[in-house]
Amino acid sequence: MDAFKFSKVTTLDRAVQAAAKSPTAQQGAEVRLLAGGTTLIDLMKLTVERPKEVVDINGLPLDKIEATSSGGLIIGALARNSDVAHHPTVQRDYAVLSQALLSGASPQLRNMATTAGNLLQRTRCVYFRDTAHACNKREPGTGCSAIDGHNRMLAILGTSKDCIATNPSDQNVALTALEATIQIQGTKGQRSVPIHDFYLLPGSTPHIETVLEPGDVITSVTLPAPAAGSRSLYLKLRDRAAYEFALASAAIVVKVNGGKIQHARVALGGVGTRPWRSLEAEKALQGHTADAATFRKAAEVALKDAHPASENAFKVELSKRCLIRALTMSTKTA
Amino acid sequence: MAKHPPESESERRSGEQSAQASEANQPLLGRVSRRSFLSHLGAASIAATAPPLLASASPAPPVQEEAASVEGATAITLRVNGKDHRLQVDPRTTLLDCLRENLNLPGTKKGCDHGQCGACTVHVNGRRINSCLTFAVAHSDDEITTIEGIGQLDHLHPMQAAFVEHDGYQCGYCTSGQIMSAVALLKEPVGPTDEDVKQGMYGNICRCGAYSNIVAAVQYVRRQA
Repeated sequence: MDAFKFSKVTTLDRAVQAAAKSPTAQQGAEVRLLAGGTTLIDLMKLTVERPKEVVDINGLPLDKIEATSSGGLIIGALARNSDVAHHPTVQRDYAVLSQALLSGASPQLRNMATTAGNLLQRTRCVYFRDTAHACNKREPGTGCSAIDGHNRMLAILGTSKDCIATNPSDQNVALTALEATIQIQGTKGQRSVPIHDFYLLPGSTPHIETVLEPGDVITSVTLPAPAAGSRSLYLKLRDRAAYEFALASAAIVVKVNGGKIQHARVALGGVGTRPWRSLEAEKALQGHTADAATFRKAAEVALKDAHPASENAFKVELSKRCLIRALTMSTKTA
Repeated sequence: MAKHPPESESERRSGEQSAQASEANQPLLGRVSRRSFLSHLGAASIAATAPPLLASASPAPPVQEEAASVEGATAITLRVNGKDHRLQVDPRTTLLDCLRENLNLPGTKKGCDHGQCGACTVHVNGRRINSCLTFAVAHSDDEITTIEGIGQLDHLHPMQAAFVEHDGYQCGYCTSGQIMSAVALLKEPVGPTDEDVKQGMYGNICRCGAYSNIVAAVQYVRRQA
C-alpha cells in the first residue's frame, strides 16, 4: 500500500474542499473519501487505488433514514447497509432494497459499508484487481485482459471492445428498479442525478465509471413514494448460497390488477457493466396479462442485445430465467 | 434473544490483568512460549537501533507507548477492551495489524486480509466488523472489543464455553472470529431457526468444517436467554 496523508473532516464543506484537490474523481483519484472502507482499503492493499490523501468522512451527519414530505424516503450517504436493510420502512415499502442488501457481502461488511460507498463499489474483475495484468479500467490504453481471458463472472450487457467488467452491487440494482435519485454536493453547489444517469457505459473510457467530478460528495439517496399496491422483490442467482456475487440477479417492482400488470420496473444485476435498467422488459410487461408467456417475452427482449464473452454465454439464458422466476414470484397471488 | 450479563468489576480487572500479562510477554503458564521468545528477540533488536529515548527500555516492549520510528506515523489513542492505549502508527496500519502487532493482542486472526473470511472479526462500538478493512487511525473515538476482552481463562464468556462444550472448533484459527461474530449476533434481529443462524454467521468461514457444531453452540447460548 502506498503511503498517504490521513485526515478527518466533520463538515460537508471540508469534505468537498478536500475532494476537490484531486484532478479526477474516477480511477486514479489522488484524494479518496473514506467511509466504510470495504472497497477502498481492499483496493489500496492491491495497489489498484493509490490515493495520496485519505479523508475520513465518517463524522459527517449523513446517516439518517427519514420519510420525505412526498411520502418517499431519504437515505443518508453514510447510513450503514445493515441499518438500511433492517429499517422498518425499507422492509415494508421497499422490500427489494432490503432483500438486495441482505443478499450481499456479510453481516460484518454490511455493518461497515455505507449507501454511497455501495453506489461506488468497483468491479470484481480479476484483471482489474491485479496490477500484473493489462486493464483499460485501471490503466487506460493498456488493453483488456478479460476479453480473451477468464470472464465467466463478467458482463454480457453494455460491454465494449475495451471493457467487459460487471458492476457487482446488489443494492444498486434494487435502487435502479426503485428509480432512486442521488444527491450530490459539489464545488458548484448541490445537484440531483437519477440513478439511471449516474453510471456510464465503459465505451472507450472504462476508467470513467460515474458522472462524479472532483469535489463531489454524495450526501443522500432518495426514493419516491412506493406505487400503491405494488410489490417488490430481489432474486439473486450465484454459485454459492451466501457470501458470493451474483451470476445473474433481478430487481422487480410490480403491481397487478385483475390479472394485468399495471406497473412494472425491472433491473438486472450480475450481467451489466452498470446496474441494468430494462425499459424494454417494462414495455413488454406493462398492460399485459401476468402470465408465463408475458414473462418469457419480457425476458427475451431484456437480453436481446446480450453480447457474451468466451466463458459467460450461459448468463444469457440464466438471466432470462432469473427474470422470469422473479416476475413469477412477485406476481404470485396467495 | 440472549443477552450476556454485564461484566462485574472483578471480571473487568482480571481481564485487564491478563491483558497486561500478555502485553508484557510474560508466559501465562510458567514456561517460555515460542511467542514470548520470538518477541524478546525482536524487542532486543528494536531497543538496539532505536533513538536514545528508548535506550533504557526493558527487553519486553512497552505497549502503552511506542516511539515514532516510522515516517508519517500518527499519534492516536485506541480504546481496546476498556483500556486506553497511546500509540504512534503509520496510517496504513489496519486495525487488525495494530491489534496483533502494536498492541500484542494476537487473539484476532488474519485469514485473508481482504474481508472475505471473517477471521479478523472484532466489535467496534458493539458491532461486528472485519478489522482487516479499516485503518487503526480512523478509530480514535471508538470502543473496540476483541476476543481477549470478552472472557478470561478462568471465566469464559458463555459463548466461549458453548464452543468448548459443543466442539465448535478444530484447528481454532477461525474460532475467535466465529465467537466475536456470534456474540454480536445475539443482539441482532436474527430468526430462531438453525437456518437463520447460518444466515447470520455466513461471514465467518471455517476450513475445518466445524459449522454444524458452531450453529449448535450459538443456538445453545440463544436458548439460555
